[in-house]
Amino acid sequence: MRVLMFGWEFPPHIAGGLGTACYGLTKALSSTDVEVIFVVPRAYGDEDQSYVRIQNASDVEAQYGGLDVNDDFYKHMSFIHINSNMVPYLSPEQYEEMYEEHEKHTFTRKVSDPWRERYTFSGKYGATLMEEVARYAVVAAQIAKDLEGQFDVIHAHDWLTYYAGIAAKRVSGKPLVVHMHATEFDRTGENVNTIVYNIERNGMHAADKVCAVSNMTRQTCIEKYGVPADKVVTVHNGVLFKTKNDEGEEVERGVDDKIVTFLGRITYQKGPDYFVEAAAKVLSRVDNVRFVMAGSGDMLNHVVRRVAKLGIADRFHFTGFLKGDDVQKMFALSDIYIMPSVSEPFGISPLEAMRSNVPCVISKQSGVAEVLDYAIKVDYWDVDAMADAIYGLLMYPSASKMFKDKGLEEVNTIKWDNAAEILKKIYNSLV
Amino acid sequence: MKNVCLYFQVHQPFRLKKYRFFNMGKDHFYFDDFLNRTVMQRIAKECYLPMNSLLLHLIEQSERKMRVSFSISGSAIEQFRQFAPEVLDSFKQLAATGCVEFLAETWAHSLASLKNRAEFERQVLQHCDEIESLFGVRPKSFRNTELIYSDHIGEMVEQMGFQTILTEGAKQVLGWKSPNYVYANPIVQNQKILLRNYKLSDDIAFRFSDKGWEDYPLTAGKYLDWIVDEEMKGEVVNLFMDYETFGEHNKASGGIFRFFEDFVRAALVSGKIKFCTPSEVTETCQSVAVLHVPHPISWADEERDLSAWLGNELQDEAFSKINELRDKVIAIDDANMTYVFNALQASDHFYYMCTKWFSDGDVHSYFNPYDSPYEAFMNYMNVLSDFQREVNKLATK
Repeated sequence: MRVLMFGWEFPPHIAGGLGTACYGLTKALSSTDVEVIFVVPRAYGDEDQSYVRIQNASDVEAQYGGLDVNDDFYKHMSFIHINSNMVPYLSPEQYEEMYEEHEKHTFTRKVSDPWRERYTFSGKYGATLMEEVARYAVVAAQIAKDLEGQFDVIHAHDWLTYYAGIAAKRVSGKPLVVHMHATEFDRTGENVNTIVYNIERNGMHAADKVCAVSNMTRQTCIEKYGVPADKVVTVHNGVLFKTKNDEGEEVERGVDDKIVTFLGRITYQKGPDYFVEAAAKVLSRVDNVRFVMAGSGDMLNHVVRRVAKLGIADRFHFTGFLKGDDVQKMFALSDIYIMPSVSEPFGISPLEAMRSNVPCVISKQSGVAEVLDYAIKVDYWDVDAMADAIYGLLMYPSASKMFKDKGLEEVNTIKWDNAAEILKKIYNSLV
Repeated sequence: MKNVCLYFQVHQPFRLKKYRFFNMGKDHFYFDDFLNRTVMQRIAKECYLPMNSLLLHLIEQSERKMRVSFSISGSAIEQFRQFAPEVLDSFKQLAATGCVEFLAETWAHSLASLKNRAEFERQVLQHCDEIESLFGVRPKSFRNTELIYSDHIGEMVEQMGFQTILTEGAKQVLGWKSPNYVYANPIVQNQKILLRNYKLSDDIAFRFSDKGWEDYPLTAGKYLDWIVDEEMKGEVVNLFMDYETFGEHNKASGGIFRFFEDFVRAALVSGKIKFCTPSEVTETCQSVAVLHVPHPISWADEERDLSAWLGNELQDEAFSKINELRDKVIAIDDANMTYVFNALQASDHFYYMCTKWFSDGDVHSYFNPYDSPYEAFMNYMNVLSDFQREVNKLATK
């Protein structure tokens, strides 16, 4: 079984969970005799290539003239025109990045023949996001053509790559699987960007199978995108831990207070403000506790102001964006981990916390709540319940111990191998 | 004959290093020594040393007719000691001429006058002791941090024995009145208030290097004409500014030193101007009226109020949290803790957290080591939280 896979990011160059998920998934697949050709914009050259052949999309030259309709390529693909002047869904934070990125990577379009150049994808959500989506699709078609006969199934992750998947399918005639890691409804609540929504919808309808990372996401696909229920399969994510010999470096605790941690992008989707409100409630009862918000995002300033307003800034700390070892360090320092996401298609971070022996409070509106028993589940908006849960875990060591021990056991059973197994079945059913 | 009162503010805060959550409980050194040293040594070279030697030269040449006054914050003095002791020596040389007055202020360049009288008095006392031990004269006139002043602050300062206080000639309190006279505090009417002439002060401090200014380039002759102009009534022209105006905000290459030298010489030769220190002004001039200042004013920003330091959630939270520690720190009475406590009270930290950018954004960002007020707040609170822990630990002992 050979799979042509389209992604948008791959470790170590990741902006979110998608890259990590792709890594775990491809790794597990490779151990079940599935060959993966992974296409990712701008491969930096240092990805671990042992089990994935990284095909750098930027290395593929689109060899056809822009207006030369006689080219073979055009017979297999209708041209996808996306108005790049429309503003795609982007958080303000990404917006900033976008501007910088735009400054740096302004496409030097030679008027003569824009399609004959080697495209360098910025790899990040840039100012020309929609344009890049379209260009990625064009290059994808070329890749599909070049690799003809070398793959049996096409697999596309998240909406950014759906047009690439569709294009590859049209060129090669191979079945397409699309993977919903998050829906537009998760990212923006009800104020969806219709362009993104339409790409997601088109992708799912054009696909032969749709994978959803949780039952919750599957339900969204069926109800809000009108995808036939028998076409959507839930494939719960797994989690990939580093081999656990890094425990040697015990992180020394500087403060003796209990620490409650939020770790993630500080955006609407992650529900940071509910965490703040719950923290204020707990702090009015308990002295020896500190709250930490690790990460950055477009709601950071808002949250900082709110924390100041509530007068808890000496007990509520911000670390900024954490990289590499600092994430593990943060888990090691934590006594409770909180994921109050408003909508989380899956959410791997609680699993990482549990792995580090940290009991978790997670929102019911998360996919990971479907696979976990040993985590306290609350509605994201119910700050009283959240404060209760934190208070309970702080004050009753036996409860906290139970969640730690059982949680660790449980989390070790959640593996990517299960996901790979299901995926392989899906591939086989399509070929 | 018009009196001209030159007063320069010399202040450098202890800037904080990047202090992360992970440092808490382990690392109790909060200051960015490298940055503080770099800034101090640069400014010493560009401003303090050349300007001090110019002033000394002018005083000697003018047969001691030249007068200037300084207020040097405690944190600046401390950093001179650490990073540029030669600057302290040159100030001592100036002091020895007897033509220089050193004013009292809060040691930490803090906002204590707005919050806690006892703390305010402690800091002023500490500063006076420091100045006296360095320069041999105990300060007689007072100027509060960034010229913050209100009727109440004036009264408090008068009760501490200062008959003269300096502040901004802010439009919102002066109205039609001229800043070029001495006024009295309405509560304690023997106290004399000197008001900064912000037009003429800012001509040097902010506009001297501004090529878009209609009066650019400013020459000594032109500036002198403005001061002695018969149209401009008054007994005293108060030119108050940051000392860093000379050589730092306005670079030497733009001719600021030459301008100042020429202006002083021309003024002395003209016979129409007499240089005075604040104490001399109040000896010679009577107050012409009382000046009501019910709400605090300052020399900062377009608003000339407190909004550069206090008012938004971040500033208010940080300010109230540092003040909560006061009684414990005093009770502990440990020199190291008091030192940090002083440094954390510097008004600069709150200035960095200011979120009003419209009118004076560039002035704010010039002085700001942080990218955003939120970053400044988060860093300050991390430091403060650790300091709070240390204080509580010692307090329970």
